[in-house]
Amino acid sequence: MSARATPGFAGAAVRSLYPIVIGFTLAYLMQTVVAVSIGDYYSKILIDIGIAIVLGVSLGIVNGYAGQFSLGHAGFMAVGGYTAAAIVYYGSIKLFGTKAIYGGSLGPGELLLCAGCVAGGALAAVAGWLVGQPSLRLRGDYLAIVTLGFGEIIRVLIKQTDDVVLSEKKVAAASWWSLMDNLGGGFGFIGGPRYIDAKNPFWVWLFVVVVCLVAYRLKYSNRGRQLLAVRENEIAAEAMGIKTTKAKVSAFMTSAFFAGIGGGLYAHELGNSMRPADLGFQKSIDIVIIVVLGGMGSISGAVIAAIAVTLLPELFRSFAEYRMIAYALALIIVMLLRPQGLLGLQELWEVEWRAVGRSIVTAPARLARWIATAPARARAALRAAADRRQEDRP
Amino acid sequence: MTKFVQLLLQTLTLGSLYALIALGYTLVYGILRFINFAHSDVVTFGAWVAFAIAGALGWAGTGSPVFAMPVVMILAMAASAALGFTIERLAYRPLRKAPRLNVLITAIGVSLLLQNAGQLHALFGKDPVKMPRLLSEAPLFKVASVQVPWVDVALVVLTVALVIGLQWLVFRTKLGQAMRAVSWSEQTAALMGVPVDKVVSITFMIGSALAAAGGVLYGLKYRQLNQTADALWMLLGLKAFVAAVVGGIGNVRGAVLGAVLIAFIEVFGAGYVSSKLPDLFVFGVLIVMLLFRPAGLLGTATVEKV
Repeated sequence: MSARATPGFAGAAVRSLYPIVIGFTLAYLMQTVVAVSIGDYYSKILIDIGIAIVLGVSLGIVNGYAGQFSLGHAGFMAVGGYTAAAIVYYGSIKLFGTKAIYGGSLGPGELLLCAGCVAGGALAAVAGWLVGQPSLRLRGDYLAIVTLGFGEIIRVLIKQTDDVVLSEKKVAAASWWSLMDNLGGGFGFIGGPRYIDAKNPFWVWLFVVVVCLVAYRLKYSNRGRQLLAVRENEIAAEAMGIKTTKAKVSAFMTSAFFAGIGGGLYAHELGNSMRPADLGFQKSIDIVIIVVLGGMGSISGAVIAAIAVTLLPELFRSFAEYRMIAYALALIIVMLLRPQGLLGLQELWEVEWRAVGRSIVTAPARLARWIATAPARARAALRAAADRRQEDRP
Repeated sequence: MTKFVQLLLQTLTLGSLYALIALGYTLVYGILRFINFAHSDVVTFGAWVAFAIAGALGWAGTGSPVFAMPVVMILAMAASAALGFTIERLAYRPLRKAPRLNVLITAIGVSLLLQNAGQLHALFGKDPVKMPRLLSEAPLFKVASVQVPWVDVALVVLTVALVIGLQWLVFRTKLGQAMRAVSWSEQTAALMGVPVDKVVSITFMIGSALAAAGGVLYGLKYRQLNQTADALWMLLGLKAFVAAVVGGIGNVRGAVLGAVLIAFIEVFGAGYVSSKLPDLFVFGVLIVMLLFRPAGLLGTATVEKV
């Protein structure tokens, strides 16, 4: 990276609008051109991929850049999803007097959806701050357990809520405060409008672009480098003057914010159920798989993994039973052979493809050599063991 | 009074169950400094294998012989020990020197693998089953008009026996000395001639056998065995893990103390405060504990070395 002059306020303001501008363009194209031309089935799969990308890239911020292992991403997703669902459903009744006001592209319904998602993200970020306070004093395994526990607590709390109020009159009469307890309990948030479907993927793609660009710019910014330093060696990072706790908490909050948005999108996609049972540990693990397989710290890696993880079960429906087994084996094998994930910290365009190509070309020869020398190595190991036993004997 | 005695009895049995599982977490953590995420799945495996063994030996009905329960239990413990050995050998040993995060992810992978492989039709299938009654249904005795069934007594007595045995093993035998040496410093122990790999393997086998004992007793007490990927098993493991942390992870006596404490909070919290939120109390205790005394009740605080 070459040294660049610090942009002034105006420059910074313009640059910070990039994600929105590019996102709007791409999302508009997705909505008007792509979704129409590829048909409902593929458009629906693309939406699933988009939501998986939002979740995967957001977890990558805390898991990949900062190296803090969080197993509670579904918890943040639930916070954002339920907030958004409540705002869109109850808000629609309170503001417009009807359950589902769609009003076309960028109509009142969609703007409410956007507001709900952002509010859900904000609340999830607050939850991230709360969880980050105690747990970022811990490391590694403990953090994983605490975040896991947090996800479970969220789930238990949501399960205790009352049923969704279905009558429009009752909603209009009730106060916001009392409606907070009507989130559907164990049955899930039913009855809410579903604004995202195969014909309307706009908001998903807008947020996909926003999260990817924000994550990308974060990675190469001062703060992102601080996070990478924390991940590589916390003590050294602290010695270099990095406020490690602050860096970790802010990474946690950013990640939780986008997880909340992802949850909001998930809640409003046609065909998804917002049941506490669906937003448990298993969901967190699904997101972790995306990050670990794609490469810890690689945005394009997470995007590729999100595509693969969503697409493969669709392609091989008959193997549904073996899907999770395949993921589990993939996790173990990647950890044993390539611990940094497929792309590691690199982005797709930073990989030295020539070296990759060379290693792929020479792979059969190396494998053959490895197999050919296997008996000799086994013999040597056995002989060494026998020698050790001999030495041990008094 | 009846309610109190009843809750006390529940605390004892549940605490024993947690203790058996927590010991596995604590043993592995004490030696390798990592949380064996797949431990709760070994518990599940133990329970399901016990079910399969009881079926294979024809004790699925009611009139099983007196020795049925010990036989099933020992076989299940042996099978789980073999599983623990295999997991350690194939998945964890190659990563002994790797960063802890990688080991943790591998452990999650192993856990997922066990959960979902167990659901395969060829293995245990996806339907919940009823564990056969291997112990007499008649209550053994009565305390303050509360009937104490055989299985509760078996649970508590067996746990106490296994914990005493473990205590003896760790502090009175050469193997235990080796375990403590490896826990202190792997390198130094290796230099002193302790076969580190062998000690780690044996530790995993002991932990897994205890987990299987926990799983079998769970099955005998609650009868219902859910599918292996059910969240219930993970929650059981998680609570046992919380018990290990609260007691001071890496400490055998601490694990038992923590287990009884967690069971007490859960049972009495559900009995007297709110019956809906016992899990919340347990995780609350975990967070409070990690905030104010991260080393646990009986653990010694370690200074992070550069």
